[in-house]
Amino acid sequence: MASILRFRKLCYVEPVKCSSLGFQSYVTPKVGKKDDGIVPKVKTLVVEKKREQQQKKKRQPKEWRCIDYCCWMIGYMCTTWWLLLFLYHCLPATWPGFQVPESPGTRLKREGLTALHPVVLVPGIVTGGLELWEGRPCSEGLFRKRLWAGSFSEIFKRPLCWLEHLSLNNETGLDPPGIRVRAVPGLVSADYFAPGYFVWAVLIENLAKVGYEGKNLHMAAYDWRLSFQNTEIRDQALSRLKSKIELMYLTNGYKKVVVVPHSMGVIYFLHFLKWVESPPPTGGGGGPGWCAKHIKAIMNIGPAFLGVPKAVSNIFSSEAKDIAFIRTFAPGLLDSEILGLQTLEHIMRVSRTWDSIVSLLPKGGETIWGNLDWSAEEGHGFSFAKKGQASMSGNNLNNSNGRRSLQLKDPVKYGRIISFGKVASQLPSSQLSTFDSKEFPRTNTSTNFNSLCGEVWTEYDEMSRERIRKIAENKAYTARTLFDLLRSVAPKMMQRAEAHFSHGISENLDDPKYDHYKYWSNPLETRLPDAPDMEIYCLYGVGIPTERAYVYKSSPSEKCKNIPFRIDSSAEGDDGSCLKSGVYFVDGDESVPVLSAGFMCAKGWRGRTRFNPSGMATHIREYRHKPPASLLEGRGMESGAHVDIMGNVALIEDVLRVAAGATGAEIGGDKIYSDILRMSERINIRL
Amino acid sequence: MPLVRRKKPAEAEKNSGSDSGNRNEKSEEGEEEEENGKKRRLHKKNEKSKAKKAKEKGKWSCVDSCCWLIGCICTIWWLLLFLYNAMPASFPQYVTEAITGPLPDPPGVKLRKEGLTAKHPVVFVPGIVTGGLELWEGHPCADGLFRKRLWGGTFGEVYKRPLCWVEHMSLDNETGLDPPGIRVRPVTGLVAADYFAPGYFVWAVLIANLARIGYEEKNMYMAAYDWRISFQNTEVRDQTLSQIKSKIELMVATSGGKKAVIVPHSMGVLYFLHFMKWVEAPAPMGGGGGPDWCSKHIKAVMNIGGPFLGVPKAVAGLFSAEAKDVAAARAIAPGFLDNDMFRRQTLQHVMKMSRTWDSTMSMIPKGGETIWGDLDWSPEEGHVPSKRRQINNDTKLARQDETGSLGSQLKSAYYGRIISFGKDVAEAKSSEIGRTDFRLLVDMQDAIKGRNFANNTCRDVWTEYHDMGIEGIRAVAEHKVYTAGSVLDLLQFVAPKMMARGSAHFSYGIADNLDDPKYKHYKYWSNPLETRLPNAPGMEIFSMYGVGIPTERAYVYELSSSAECYIPFQIDTSADSREDEESCLKDGVYTVEGDETVPALSAGFMCAKGWRGKTRFNPSGIRTYIREYDHSPPANLLEGRGTQSGAHVDIMGNFALIEDILRVATGASGEDLGGDQVYSDIFKWSEKINLHL
Repeated sequence: MASILRFRKLCYVEPVKCSSLGFQSYVTPKVGKKDDGIVPKVKTLVVEKKREQQQKKKRQPKEWRCIDYCCWMIGYMCTTWWLLLFLYHCLPATWPGFQVPESPGTRLKREGLTALHPVVLVPGIVTGGLELWEGRPCSEGLFRKRLWAGSFSEIFKRPLCWLEHLSLNNETGLDPPGIRVRAVPGLVSADYFAPGYFVWAVLIENLAKVGYEGKNLHMAAYDWRLSFQNTEIRDQALSRLKSKIELMYLTNGYKKVVVVPHSMGVIYFLHFLKWVESPPPTGGGGGPGWCAKHIKAIMNIGPAFLGVPKAVSNIFSSEAKDIAFIRTFAPGLLDSEILGLQTLEHIMRVSRTWDSIVSLLPKGGETIWGNLDWSAEEGHGFSFAKKGQASMSGNNLNNSNGRRSLQLKDPVKYGRIISFGKVASQLPSSQLSTFDSKEFPRTNTSTNFNSLCGEVWTEYDEMSRERIRKIAENKAYTARTLFDLLRSVAPKMMQRAEAHFSHGISENLDDPKYDHYKYWSNPLETRLPDAPDMEIYCLYGVGIPTERAYVYKSSPSEKCKNIPFRIDSSAEGDDGSCLKSGVYFVDGDESVPVLSAGFMCAKGWRGRTRFNPSGMATHIREYRHKPPASLLEGRGMESGAHVDIMGNVALIEDVLRVAAGATGAEIGGDKIYSDILRMSERINIRL
Repeated sequence: MPLVRRKKPAEAEKNSGSDSGNRNEKSEEGEEEEENGKKRRLHKKNEKSKAKKAKEKGKWSCVDSCCWLIGCICTIWWLLLFLYNAMPASFPQYVTEAITGPLPDPPGVKLRKEGLTAKHPVVFVPGIVTGGLELWEGHPCADGLFRKRLWGGTFGEVYKRPLCWVEHMSLDNETGLDPPGIRVRPVTGLVAADYFAPGYFVWAVLIANLARIGYEEKNMYMAAYDWRISFQNTEVRDQTLSQIKSKIELMVATSGGKKAVIVPHSMGVLYFLHFMKWVEAPAPMGGGGGPDWCSKHIKAVMNIGGPFLGVPKAVAGLFSAEAKDVAAARAIAPGFLDNDMFRRQTLQHVMKMSRTWDSTMSMIPKGGETIWGDLDWSPEEGHVPSKRRQINNDTKLARQDETGSLGSQLKSAYYGRIISFGKDVAEAKSSEIGRTDFRLLVDMQDAIKGRNFANNTCRDVWTEYHDMGIEGIRAVAEHKVYTAGSVLDLLQFVAPKMMARGSAHFSYGIADNLDDPKYKHYKYWSNPLETRLPNAPGMEIFSMYGVGIPTERAYVYELSSSAECYIPFQIDTSADSREDEESCLKDGVYTVEGDETVPALSAGFMCAKGWRGKTRFNPSGIRTYIREYDHSPPANLLEGRGTQSGAHVDIMGNFALIEDILRVATGASGEDLGGDQVYSDIFKWSEKINLHL
């Protein structure tokens, strides 16, 4: 009895196992022969079994072919994935053993800090989201979807359409007809740049922990592609910021606002400070006391006060890293494939319609950035030999004296922001064959074969071979001659943008011409507002090599498709030098050199100077870069990199303390690791 | 024997139990079994080896088949997904057009062709439940939800951690503000209420059409507010009213002095009414904008589906958590919520949560028996919505007379009885109803409530009904019938805490003398019958709402069968009108004309009569217009929620309504639109209401 049952089970198990695969034929014969005796039954079953198994043997190789194996593989992987995902979700939030370090917000809350001053965040270039409001037919279905930031999925789906919509009009620097791309409003505009890549999110979260929320925390999102004054003309972004600050001041019990701009947001807010107090047609009409009444402190994070050399290489050959942020996203991809070898040209064409990049060009000319033979940073270069992080600043001080004698022979000439060939970057100026770059021939007549170059049009195509050669012959360019160079290679852009930005040093700030808005974002051509109680902070990271000067070469392939210049990545310095892959490095936060970030706070505005007539207090807070110790830390909590510093615990704590009412002196005044004071000392500027 | 046995083993087995089958047989059987066993073992061995071979060859066990299946499904899914993504964006439109014929141009495109461009800034004021809420500070159970949406969006957290979610969505029972340690705040910007859930648009269609004629973020503003708290508290806690004021001022200034067009929806209508009084009131309580702020900054208020005089639904919602709109959670997962998740206490949880929301009280019917009718009379009596729905507009006039005459013969429904216990009571003449004096009960309520029944049997869900005691519940039921006036007493009785909070913020009466200084208090500001409109003769007020959908007006209740741990009252869904009877009672609910949520009377009365011309509620004679939109359901599934819908939320996708808004936003006045557009009997009903103007 039992054995029969067992036997039947055996027979049954098989079909059950296989039923999902289609072997249903098992059941039918058994039903038909139910009345037979056990032996025949067994026999028939056995026979059938044999037959079936033979069939199976035959059938199996047929049934399970490659596709099935693939399916099986995929199914297997999916199941495993889901299982892992499930386990991950089941994990307790606090993994035993892995102690999540307490966030500064929680700690300060325990100390009793609560929200006091309203906080305004001003995002920088590229980190703000942009969304589509009106577009060409190719962008159907993208209404109010993000074109910039977020997942960037449209780049891959319809790259040319995407580029077309992000470009601005080449003449006006405003929207091209039929396209309206606008800044995403609110905190979401720049909390995360891409999923998982925070920008402001960590700071926001910590602010929320001490009690901040929508009513006293505002993100001043603006369209970072436009020139600053155009954001007001087109979107009334400055007016909205003014009204928002006034409202927050009112509704939070007449508490002044703490402003936290980042990167380009710093000079955007500088522009705002002047705009808001200027009379109405071009200004905001807030009257001379507006800033003193409404602003407690400006905490500039990674400020690009005096510009960044990166912007030069970006405009010149679209090769900088930070501004064309996309490249870090998919470095190999952009260079060759998707747009058919013309990625760089496309990017150059699009980014040259963005006026805001011009605001980041080095300001102050040779006085600040050095001339052919001299620069403020010489002897303070960021050499790659100094890998010992901890001893770096100490070494630096000790070495600099000793080394100066060594390097007197051959100091790095940072002043030559662009030089053609490594030799040219190191030769004494007397041996350089330079001529006045203003003499560049401006003959636009000989446009060379445009038709050959596909639809990608850059202004380089309009330049004749001769001019390109001439440019390369000039060998070296400083922060002053640079502008002649750029005017020559990107005439339209510079013409547009120079109506909005200026990069000089003013001789006489009382000159009525300085009422024009194009000077407002240049700290060397404007006065700070009359607000003696206001405080200005320069918060930036140090300890990361930062681009400062470039060695260029003419592009080898003379095909029309290529940008005729590129960084000579074969130019390497000796050990201990700061030349690497054609780029001279100095100390900084990976994007902004220390000099640009710190000079105004260290010298230009320190005390009562002509740029700072009311003598408002300035504080420098440097944060030494410490790369994340392990992968678990993500982008690190003590990073000094330009964007990652927004997750730096010390910086967040400083911001929180000031927002909760502390003054600069209370958080410890200056905190300096770099040689910024010494470098500023060497800059000869009348104050 | 052996032969037989071999042939019929089953019989032998049967016999083996009996006496005749002796041991011999059994032993033989045993031998045979042994033989069989040997054979079988052999077979087994064979099989095993074969199976082994098979396994070695393929190794396709159950697990593998499963994997194979999953893999198949995944692959197909990805393939479809890929095809879907690769599909040109206009493909669905092709299909729709192929089936239904060419679609009409969306109003934005149409008006753009006419040459209309953005002119006046537009402000949206979302209604209740449609606005998103996000977490800014929470208890440990809400870890990782910082700045994630708790309300709106995917509602993922409702399923993941329901109790935690309820805890965070509730407000403090005493203050009506945040509970300690929890900060839930409205989402800001247009995203706050463009879509309620993915794919379920609220404002998105209107926004898209406005964008087509040139609007963008700088001249559109979503006045998002926390819709759970009372209107004045949004200012106290979040300074929302100040923000709206500042934003309107800014937009008017930056768009060259063009006044703003306000588009409130649903409860937003009352909120904006409150705002208009607040902004002109002097500083400590109000916004200090001065007496002509509204006339300086507002061109028109285009109320969509405005429950000016409240909605009967709100009563049912507060009384037994059974309304649809207020507890929108039910609409999302109707069966789900009713039993499983919270172990059959979903409704109590919802009730407990929604009773902490002060704003629901702003929608309790206002104006008492004067507006909503008393025991014997109601303005809508004689009206049969189920009939009117079928007739066309052209034949309407003729049929209306007919229904009118019919109505006189028919026993008309007593709409005035907003809550009645039992169907017979709902239909009986007032003289026949034996009522106990309820007001006495209200006075005695403390004494009655003393007798609590065991609280702990009801787990942790606590509603105020547990405080009431059986006596109180019976007394409520014995009162039989409640009108709009006595419903307030009823709510006062069953939910004293909530009403105590609410009555500090809202009022439901009709003002006798608007000059009375007491009307300077903010609790009267959202009641159109107790405030004056601002002094802004240039302003226009539109009342735009859908008609043609049966809308809840009065309820037939019963005592809940198991009164222990449940809400003791529930709508008597068995109460239906008999087939021969022309009545509008269905599932225990009397319905009238409306937009599914707001009865036409509530949405239209103020513009039809209360504010029409120069009245005491409208001293400056602001022009009012009624724009009704007749509901026609979507023709097929492809149309989604329809472009001619009149339903409360779906009307936001109604092309005619959008066109009206776009025209006003680009500068047209009410006259340019064509003045009133009326399908319902709103003027007739308003006529019947005897209100001193």
